[in-house]
Amino acid sequence: LVFTEEDKYGLYSSLLFKYFLAEGVVCGHDLFVASAKERPDNILKELPAPLLDDTYRNELGEEATAVKSEDFQDSMKIAWRYQNLPKMETSPTTSTKFGHYYDVSKTMSPELFQSIKWHSFYLPEELSLPPKMKTCNMNSAYARLLQSIQRIIYQEGFDGSDPQKKQKNILRIGIQSLGSMLWGDDICSSDTPEDIHSLTKFLYVLRGLLRKSLSACIITVPAHLIQNKAIMERVTNLSDTVVGLESFIGSERETNPLYKDYHGLFHVHQIPRLNSLICDVSDTKDLAFRLKRKLFTIERLHLPPDLSDTVSRASKQDLAESAKLLSSGCGAMAIGKKHLDF
Amino acid sequence: QGKFTLLRDTRTDGSFLVHHFLSFYLRAGCKVCFVALLQSFSHYNVVAQKLGVSLTAARERGQLVFLEGLRSCLDLLFGEEEEQSGEPSPLQFVSESASNLKALFDFVRTALTPTGSGSWKGPVLLVDDLGVLLSLGATPVAVLDFIHYCRVTVCSQLKGNIVVLVHSNEDSEDEENELVVNSLCHHSDLILWVEGLATGFCKDVHGEIKIIRRTSLELTAEQDHVQIYQYKIQDKNVTFFARGLSAAIL
Repeated sequence: LVFTEEDKYGLYSSLLFKYFLAEGVVCGHDLFVASAKERPDNILKELPAPLLDDTYRNELGEEATAVKSEDFQDSMKIAWRYQNLPKMETSPTTSTKFGHYYDVSKTMSPELFQSIKWHSFYLPEELSLPPKMKTCNMNSAYARLLQSIQRIIYQEGFDGSDPQKKQKNILRIGIQSLGSMLWGDDICSSDTPEDIHSLTKFLYVLRGLLRKSLSACIITVPAHLIQNKAIMERVTNLSDTVVGLESFIGSERETNPLYKDYHGLFHVHQIPRLNSLICDVSDTKDLAFRLKRKLFTIERLHLPPDLSDTVSRASKQDLAESAKLLSSGCGAMAIGKKHLDF
Repeated sequence: QGKFTLLRDTRTDGSFLVHHFLSFYLRAGCKVCFVALLQSFSHYNVVAQKLGVSLTAARERGQLVFLEGLRSCLDLLFGEEEEQSGEPSPLQFVSESASNLKALFDFVRTALTPTGSGSWKGPVLLVDDLGVLLSLGATPVAVLDFIHYCRVTVCSQLKGNIVVLVHSNEDSEDEENELVVNSLCHHSDLILWVEGLATGFCKDVHGEIKIIRRTSLELTAEQDHVQIYQYKIQDKNVTFFARGLSAAIL
C-alpha cells in the first residue's frame, strides 16, 4: 500500500499516479481507478507514453503472466514508484532494470489499452446507486469504494477464489485524492472532524483486501490540508510505503539558489518491512524531483557549489536549514530529532 | 510468570521484538494467543521460519491461536450472513457504534483458558499492535479496559504473561495514543523501549533499546533498573552491543 502525500497543487502527485497506472498497462496488469473529481477514463487518456522497444516489452510481458505458486496468494505486492514485478516473497527482483521509462510529453496510444482490463469508480456516478453493504460507521463513499474493490477482486479472481483461472494477474489500484472534501470526509476542512476514524478504518480494510489478493495500490492524499496530525500518524502506521511530494511552487524555496535545478523534494517517510526483520534501506535519504520536458526524475539532492562571496552568508543559513531537513530519515529506521552542529 | 511486558517504539519500528517474543515463547512450549492486527499470517510465518519456528505447525498442534486482524475484519464486513457461526467476530466493535472490546477479550480468554487436552506451559498473550484498535474506532478507555481484563485473566488467574506493542512519539499529536501508552507504562513490569538514534539514520546502528525493569513496583521500593543497549538488525538476528561499541566503529 503506497501512500502518497500530495504536493500543494497536486501537479506532481497526479503525475506519479499516472506513472503507476501506465506501468500497469505496459506490464499487462489490470487496473482499477477511483476518483471523486476526475472521470477515470479521462485520467487514463492522459497516461504518459512508454519509451520502449518491442523486444524488451515482450520479455516483460512473459514474466508478468507466468504461472505462480500457491503460497503466493497471500503475499502482498508493493508498488514502489516504478513497480517491482512480484515474483518472490522474500527477495527483491533480481533483474537490474525494473520498470519502464515514460515520455511525459506524449500520451499513451489507445492500442495499448486494448490488451488490459480496467475498472473504474467515479464517485458522483456511484452515489446515485443504492448502497449494498453495511457501512459500519464508515463514510458511505469509502464504504462504496471498498465494496467495489472487493467485488472486482472476487469476481476477477485476484484472491484466488477461482481455481479455474489459469493465468494469475495483478490488480493495480489507484485512488486519487482520498480524504478530500469530494469524498464526503471533512478531515481536510475542519480541526475536529465528525468522524476521525473513517479514513483509518478504510485503510485497514483496504490493507486486508490487498494482503488477501494479488494487488498493489497507490493512494494520493492532500495531506497538507489535513488539520488533525494524529490522523496522519495513524495512517502512516497502517501503510506500507509512505512518500511525500513537496513542490517548490509558491514557496520561498522556488527562488532559493540551492534548489534551482529541482521542482520539489521527495520525502520517504516509511518503507515496507515485509516478510523480514529488516528493510532494504538505500544510502541516501535526500531526494528531490524535477520535471523536464519529457521526463520526470527523482534523484539525490545535490547542493550546488557555494561560489559567490556576497551570497555566502545567506546561503549558509539556508544550508543549515536544509541540512536540518536532510537529517531526517525514514520512519522504518531512525529519525533524528536534532541537527548536530558541526 | 504473570508479567506484563510493554514494547514501545519511538521513531523506529519495534516489530522485531514481537517476532522475537513469538518465537521465544513458542520454543519454550507455552500456549500463545497472538492478536496480530497489523500484518498478515504469512508475514509472521516467514520471519518466524528464519528464526527457527514454524507457525503453521504450531497452529496445527494447538499451541498457537492466531487472530489475523486483517482477515477477521474483512470477514466481518464482507462475510455473508449465513457464513457467520454462532460466535460473534472478535473485531465486532468495528461495525458497531458501541466501542466495546468485550468480544475480543472473550476470544482471548477462550483461547488461553486451559482445556482438558494439551499440556502447555503458561499461557501468553501477544498483541501487535495496540494502536490499531484506536485507528479502528475504539476509545482509549475501551482499550485500557480490554488490557485490564486481559491482565486479570491472563496474569493473575492463569499466571501467564502478556506482551504488547505500542508506538509513541514525543511530539505526537495523537493524544489518545499517548494516553494509552502512558497508562500502560505505569502498569508494566518490564518496558522495552526502542528508539531511533538521536543523530539520525545510521547504517550500522539501527537504534537504541532501553530495558526498564520496574523494580519500583515491587515491595522493596527500589528505583527502576534501566539498561541501555544499541542494536543492529540483520536478516535472521539482532545484535546488541553497548553504546558506542558498534562493530563498525571498533
